[in-house]
Amino acid sequence: MNTASPFLDLEEAPRVPVRFEGAPLDLPEGANLAAALLAAGVRVFRHTPVSGAPRAPFCMMGACFDCLVEIDGVVRQACMVEVTEGLEIFRPHEEGRADGAK
Amino acid sequence: MDADYAIIGGGVVGLSVAWGLLKRGLRVTVIDGDDGSFRASRGNFGLVWVQSKGMNQPRYAQWSQHSASIWAEFAEELGHNTGRAVPLQQKGGYDLHFSEETLQATVEKYKVLKEKLGGDYPFEVLGHNALRKEEPHIGPKVVGAILHHQDGHANPLKLLLALADDVRRMGGQVLNGKTVTDVEKPDGFRIRCSDGTTVAAAKLVLSAGLGAAALGPRLGFKAPVRPQRGQVLITEKLPKMINRPSLIARQVDEGGIQIGATNEEVGHDDRVTQPGLSGLAAEAIAAYPALAKAQLVRSWGALRVLSPDGLPIYQESPDMPGAFLVTCHSGITLAAAHARNLPDWLEATDAAPDLEVFSEHRFAVS
Amino acid sequence: MAQSDLIVIGAGPAGMAAAATAAEYGLSVTLLDEQPRPGGQIYRDVDRAAPRRGTILGADFSHGATLTAGLRHDRVTHLGGAVVWAIENGFRVSYTRNGRGGQVSGSRILLATGALERPMPLPGWTLPGVMSAGAAQILLKQSGVLARRAVLVGAGPLLYLIAAQMVRAGTPPLALVETQSRGALLSAMRHAGGALRGWPYLSKGLGLLSEIVRARVPRFTGATALAIEGDGSAEAVSFRSGGKAHRIGCDTVLLHHGVVPNTQAARSIGVSHRWDAVQHCFAPVLDKWGATDVDGVLIAGDGAGIGGAQAAEIAGRLAALGVASDLGMLSPADRDAVAVPLLRRQARELAARPFLDAAYPPCAEALAPADATIVCRCEEVTAGEIRGYAKLGCLGPNQAKAFGRPGMGPCQGRYCGLTVTGLLAEATGQTPDETGYYRIRPPLKPVTLGELAAMQDTRHDAAE
Repeated sequence: MNTASPFLDLEEAPRVPVRFEGAPLDLPEGANLAAALLAAGVRVFRHTPVSGAPRAPFCMMGACFDCLVEIDGVVRQACMVEVTEGLEIFRPHEEGRADGAK
Repeated sequence: MDADYAIIGGGVVGLSVAWGLLKRGLRVTVIDGDDGSFRASRGNFGLVWVQSKGMNQPRYAQWSQHSASIWAEFAEELGHNTGRAVPLQQKGGYDLHFSEETLQATVEKYKVLKEKLGGDYPFEVLGHNALRKEEPHIGPKVVGAILHHQDGHANPLKLLLALADDVRRMGGQVLNGKTVTDVEKPDGFRIRCSDGTTVAAAKLVLSAGLGAAALGPRLGFKAPVRPQRGQVLITEKLPKMINRPSLIARQVDEGGIQIGATNEEVGHDDRVTQPGLSGLAAEAIAAYPALAKAQLVRSWGALRVLSPDGLPIYQESPDMPGAFLVTCHSGITLAAAHARNLPDWLEATDAAPDLEVFSEHRFAVS
Repeated sequence: MAQSDLIVIGAGPAGMAAAATAAEYGLSVTLLDEQPRPGGQIYRDVDRAAPRRGTILGADFSHGATLTAGLRHDRVTHLGGAVVWAIENGFRVSYTRNGRGGQVSGSRILLATGALERPMPLPGWTLPGVMSAGAAQILLKQSGVLARRAVLVGAGPLLYLIAAQMVRAGTPPLALVETQSRGALLSAMRHAGGALRGWPYLSKGLGLLSEIVRARVPRFTGATALAIEGDGSAEAVSFRSGGKAHRIGCDTVLLHHGVVPNTQAARSIGVSHRWDAVQHCFAPVLDKWGATDVDGVLIAGDGAGIGGAQAAEIAGRLAALGVASDLGMLSPADRDAVAVPLLRRQARELAARPFLDAAYPPCAEALAPADATIVCRCEEVTAGEIRGYAKLGCLGPNQAKAFGRPGMGPCQGRYCGLTVTGLLAEATGQTPDETGYYRIRPPLKPVTLGELAAMQDTRHDAAE
């Protein structure tokens, strides 16, 4: 459990390793990715392509598109993805990331 | 008399003409439709385009070239007047080819046109490798491209916004949400709308896009315009990946990749279809394979306003002198010419451009 | 392409009940839902969550398991994780599932796409740490995740429910900041009269409130001048209440001022909608079976007008009866006989809705936000910009969209549409019906170009 997170996590599912922006995290297998990232203390999921403002999950039901992350080069809603082992998660289209990182 | 000119149709064509007339100190009333009207001004592809136009009518190629050449200055003035920039990029555009045969055939046609234009048709052919240097994301299926240096693209919605703003700023009256039901000419023109509004004006410009087909004949025009559907796609905003625009795809100033367009004769149906969208997506991926992973965010169908030969129509009514039909497929490309030069034609000044080839005389009476 | 008698979109209470009922009457049903497991938002992931967190979530939540059980029927094909992005005449429904495009066809389609939370544009509402109250509910139901230091802001019974659930889970909210006035509540009670008698939700609501009060959660009502403060993420909520300025530090802000029908799918196929002045939103025009003015299209559940989970379940059954009769599997007389008790229960469920709507009106300053407040989260368009477009002749949201991009982002206007219609109506003096709504087109949800292109020639079907 991440005590630095603004969220309390009651889930006790077994955890699997993933990476967010290169940093290793252990998240509950099969969990909702957006929820798991929040519980792990991730506060900023992306920066908007309009102003660069930080964003994080807002609706948790696939409607608002604020929880967008990039997985395998595709930008997806984190709240519509389940945690699987080895996910490489990035903030979408961030500057300065080598294409090879995709 | 409310105005020197009443303009029926407040899209890019009507507002460009209104803007030009207002700049000359004339009083203008624009009568515009409602929020749900068919609007090519909201659905077009945004190219400021020269190549492939007027293959059979060099005057159309010239008219497009002329407008493209004065577009930057026009956009600059709009931006300066309103504080609303109209993004424009004119560093050339491509006609992408997936086969050597189509590429060569097109080049041959361009050579013929170039000669007719006295050599003013600056294009070059880029083979795959040369193209790849310009466009690193181009796919292996693209054998080459024709790069035409007079081509470019703009943000057509910001053009529409700036025109709507500047026309008002210069004192133009714009009546929104109107449907014209009747036009009479006792002395000047009296234009009646379905809500009872009446506009009186000395002259009239019919720039109502597809609406001209119904209204035009009542003003003495043939107005043989028909809708042709174009489906268009736009992706999520992406980091810069396309340098120059083509008819297949362009990267808009906000970052999305815009992909177009179908050519469908389906009447007044502006919906999109899965087969239409899939076909366009496949072609765009063939041109730029990296697009396979891009998310489609929006799509729309818009109706082109086409005359039988695809050329503009500029015609004064034989039955109601002082009424003019102005309609075209390329309202964005021609916006600058419409704003700067059409007022001379409407006012019959010495500087009037020769638009005789665009009159309705070319349509035989059947 | 797979074919069914009935395509149902959405596996919440309305969609699940409709699918099960239609199957009982012999119809083949394909039920498409975005979530991997059925339940919708109200019964989110109920089969997994109820055994783990049933005591926190309550008995009303666990009821959802009776509906998921109904889907285990030979004639029901439930496609979980299927994101519908286009519905075309006929009907041809295109969706993405597991990264592949698929299509199903059917002669009848039932839209059970439920509700969205009413957009609540306040200063700072786009900051990380600000979520809808519904999002907090989903986090708890599906994932067992709760905000440690949260302030609840807005109006409506859902705020009490999430607050009580947080209390039960041991992380009570720091404060409940309500925008409705006590006056609105009292006058609503007077007007409701007999409708409230014997209405079970009243005693449930009072029960929730007493849980919140016992936990000593500070409560403010009639809050105005609301703003969320923070540099890079939410740090505090500021507001005025009881004649005083308040500022409450927090990490999470949960917003809610009611839910509204999710009309995206219905609008995309041309279903007529009308402004509902009581619920302050657009709702589709329907007959008593849920049939729309587009032939073969029905709507049930909160997408038809907010009525709650029980009413949605009943509406789903009624719509299935309508389709079964329409397709000759049930005589009109039998249909009507079976419907009698359902219609009676539906009337009872809906009886006290006007009370709730009057007691918990939407927050006025979120309906007409200050000029500087962002209304379109995707394209970051402010209320002031929308008002400016009205001055440039925008009578409706489609011209405003062309001028300033509100509604052009990936959420397709879901979280700005009602606000933009409201702002334009206010500026032009037109009614919301005259002002209209965004033209909704495919894709209803983004789809990759690769997935689209793969559907070009062959008819893929991810269901196979």
